[in-house]
Amino acid sequence: MLSIETQQENQHYILQPKGEIDASNSVQLDESIRRLAENGAKSILVDGSAIEYISSAGLGVFMSYLEDFQEQGITLKIFSLSPRVLEVFQILGLDQLIPIFPEKEAALNAN
Amino acid sequence: MEHTIQLICQTTALSELRKFLNKNLSQIMLSEKDKHQVILAVEEVCANLIIHSHHCNGSDHISLNLRQEDDRLVFEIMDKGKAFNLLDYEAPDLKTVISEKRKGGLGLILVKKIMDEIEFESQGGTNTCRLIKFFGS
Repeated sequence: MLSIETQQENQHYILQPKGEIDASNSVQLDESIRRLAENGAKSILVDGSAIEYISSAGLGVFMSYLEDFQEQGITLKIFSLSPRVLEVFQILGLDQLIPIFPEKEAALNAN
Repeated sequence: MEHTIQLICQTTALSELRKFLNKNLSQIMLSEKDKHQVILAVEEVCANLIIHSHHCNGSDHISLNLRQEDDRLVFEIMDKGKAFNLLDYEAPDLKTVISEKRKGGLGLILVKKIMDEIEFESQGGTNTCRLIKFFGS
């Protein structure tokens, strides 16, 4: 089960996926991020605190936007991942490609 | 210790797979970190078979046998689809995944990084992918 909530804080859009992200539902994450970008969001933050599990299908969604977002000047940051979910990013070295922060404040304050 | 589950070839079966693995791996002396990672690796192989070999055809099945041997855990994934030999698959590098905006390709990199040994055989129309994790590795 996956649900995704979105809220706006000033110029930032914060996505909060809740549950497990796998090949059956990663399209929901994809659509949520795409919708924000299409609506003109320039700062997208993913609150990872309620992500219980993520497989490569979910990781691939983040990866697929890296280049486009760089070209379009959109920032994508992730914060508050649980240690075991963070470890999956680290196994692949994705933590070197996507800015990941321990908490929301750090993500908001980072350039 | 030995357990088997049969899954229909639809991605919705992946949560059932995780429940099965969580339940049966709870009896094993495995750190939470290792448990989480082997579940991920097994799921990646099953998702790959379900999506690419069986095209999410709900009338097809794959089976998973989990057993503990002396110093290792063995996950045996069997199907009757088009043979996909993980050992022949050259995982893309991350730069390729990014530049081609691929949403796939990362899963099998994970499997190769998490598991200690991978074996594959195809006999009499049945493909078997064996993932092995040594305790304490």
